[in-house]
Amino acid sequence: MTTLLQIKDLRTFFYTPEGVVRAVDGISYDVKEGETVGIVGESGCGKSVSSLTMMRLIPQPPGKVLSGQVLFEGSDLLKVDEEEIRRIRGHKIAMVFQEPMTSLNPVLTLGDQLSEAMVLHLNMSKQAAWQRAAELLDMVGIPDAGRRVQDYPHQFSGGMRQRAMIAMALSCNPKLLIADEPTTAVDVTIQAQLLELIARLSKESKTAVIIITHNLGVVARYADWVNVMYAGRIIEAASARDVYGDPQHPYTVGLLLSVPRLDEPRKVKLLPIEGSPPDLVAPPPGCYFHPRCRFRVDVCFREYPPLELVANNHWSACWVAKEAPWKTAS
Amino acid sequence: MEDRILVDIKGLKMYFPVTSGIVWQHKVADVKAVDGVSFFVRRGETLGLVGESGSGKTTTGRCILQLYRPTAGQVFFEGKDLCTMKSGELRHMRRKMQIIFQDPYSSLNPRMSCGAIVGEPIKIHKLAKTNTEYRDRVKELLETVGLNAYMADRYPHEFSGGQRQRIGVARALAGDPDFIVCDEPVSALDVSIQAQIINLLEELQAKFHLTYLFIAHDLAVVRHISNRVAVMYLGKLHEVADRDEIYARPLHPYTKALISAAPIPDPKVEATRERIILVGDIPSPLRPPPACNFHTRCPIAIQVCREKEPPLEQKATDHWVACWRA
Ligand SMILES: Nc1ncnc2c1ncn2[C@@H]1O[C@H](COP(=O)(O)OP(=O)(O)OP(=O)(O)O)[C@@H](O)[C@H]1O
Ligand SMILES: Nc1ncnc2c1ncn2[C@@H]1O[C@H](COP(=O)(O)OP(=O)(O)OP(=O)(O)O)[C@@H](O)[C@H]1O
Ligand SMILES: [Mg+2]
Ligand SMILES: [Mg+2]
Repeated sequence: MTTLLQIKDLRTFFYTPEGVVRAVDGISYDVKEGETVGIVGESGCGKSVSSLTMMRLIPQPPGKVLSGQVLFEGSDLLKVDEEEIRRIRGHKIAMVFQEPMTSLNPVLTLGDQLSEAMVLHLNMSKQAAWQRAAELLDMVGIPDAGRRVQDYPHQFSGGMRQRAMIAMALSCNPKLLIADEPTTAVDVTIQAQLLELIARLSKESKTAVIIITHNLGVVARYADWVNVMYAGRIIEAASARDVYGDPQHPYTVGLLLSVPRLDEPRKVKLLPIEGSPPDLVAPPPGCYFHPRCRFRVDVCFREYPPLELVANNHWSACWVAKEAPWKTAS
Repeated sequence: MEDRILVDIKGLKMYFPVTSGIVWQHKVADVKAVDGVSFFVRRGETLGLVGESGSGKTTTGRCILQLYRPTAGQVFFEGKDLCTMKSGELRHMRRKMQIIFQDPYSSLNPRMSCGAIVGEPIKIHKLAKTNTEYRDRVKELLETVGLNAYMADRYPHEFSGGQRQRIGVARALAGDPDFIVCDEPVSALDVSIQAQIINLLEELQAKFHLTYLFIAHDLAVVRHISNRVAVMYLGKLHEVADRDEIYARPLHPYTKALISAAPIPDPKVEATRERIILVGDIPSPLRPPPACNFHTRCPIAIQVCREKEPPLEQKATDHWVACWRA
């Protein structure tokens, strides 16, 4: 598979009255054509900011992109002019946001919104685009789509709006879809429906997908590759099978141990990770995870570990990853 | 676990009026948030309550505590019907029933110190005779939930989400309750913090002989913490059973779909796992489908499901289900 997107050393800070928030602090990863990449990490670790940075959607100020390259089809998205990035957004790269109402225009019908991008980017006639809009709504499971293209967003239920968003995102056959999954509890059955829909449609159109989530379980089924983020950085990266089957960072190990699983016998007691994630205004010295780490050694207090290859195509930012003490610990 | 029933609800209904009009408000419809729900909670157990958003879980919990006065039905607490109680008597009962909220950010008054928040129930119910006794009790409560006593003077914004939820737990414990409604107490917390709070709730249950109604979305968390599990859909109870029984032998197609949609963090397991993906949306609570209200999304619905509402029937020991196909 060829590389579709290359992200190099992305760094975005926010300058707030409380201090500098190191929201994204030097992350790099690739997305191959047609591949599904999961970005997993807890609330506030920089998942959304990293993808908004790629799409040049960071409000500046208070935000500032300090470094980075986002290479896509021969150009650096952080350098191209405003017109070019607007052409790429919504056409070559589409996004499904956490809150569907913020990305649907309340005063336009769904037909208008869906067809607008197709007229603009695909040179379709207005009539053909409306026709296609109805097909797309039908494809994402909106009943009676031919009539409902004339509806306004508020006439749709929350789940339908989310599906309409997916239809809109895929309307121009993007090369890449970025799906930022809601962190608040969505209904499990609706969530399963949406993810299943994204997986099916992306497979059919060979669209690469970045799924952003705080829930390790969610991406296990869909991702080919997983990047685990903690406090603004990627701390582990590998194929989904390797991340879940043979985790190489104590944070990932801890997360997997802390969640109850339906396929395993019920545990008497859960094994939590103690403490809480660091404040990104004043992160601790050394490895950001060391205050919570069961396996820390002296160097962890002083120096941040680099993201290094620790096994076949498996990356980890941990000073003791090579010894993997969690394998022998109880 | 004792076999005595602590909370027993019968035919509980909570309808919220939907009004229209600017000058003359008139009722146009009812949201039947809870529509004839009956179940019980045994003393010392945890009853898990699951179901989609808007299925009426929170409303059920609030009706039990009489934070909403139900439209119809009975709520027996220690054998006494709370719905017919006068407010004076109810105030006395309230100490024994508490709630922990989902959102640790909005559920704490930002202008009150952590100590004042935790101490409020002690003052309301006059549980401390002297100032020293009050302060000792607050200190003890904070330590019980894993916070430091010196944190009493801090304000909510100075705490992390997990710590705020601990404050909420301490507040719920302050009146020395018998029963706590835990309304999605971990949903808003970071994944790495959730297990801390779940363990805390379990420790406290053992220590103080607490009874929980545990409302949650996460089916794996519910299996971990519950002794029995109840499943709601659109204001109605569709299945209630012993925990091991319901996970091993779910009888309702909705319960089956919920369990199968719960993700397992392992691609190898997921690769071979069958999933039941429900089609369609949750119907509007203003116009719930007639007969079995799940029939519009049910993969195995037949004619009778569209015509008659199935009763909640016992199918095995400690296993009730409302489904014509079960
Ligand atoms: N406009 C802003 N001004 C100041 N700080 C911001 C702004 N946007 C984001 N941040 C901060 O940047 C950090 C990363 O935020 P981000 O939204 O990327 O988190 P996330 O990983 O997407 O979390 P969630 O899972 O909750 O969506 C957070 O600490 C957040 O408070
Ligand atoms: N105070 C109220 N006034 C009017 N309608 C209400 C009120 N509270 C709840 N409802 C409605 O009652 C129904 C049940 O809501 P409830 O909050 O009990 O659901 P829930 O199962 O707790 O959902 P969630 O999982 O989203 O918390 C919903 O349709 C809701 O919109
Ligand atoms: Mg986000
Ligand atoms: Mg609720």
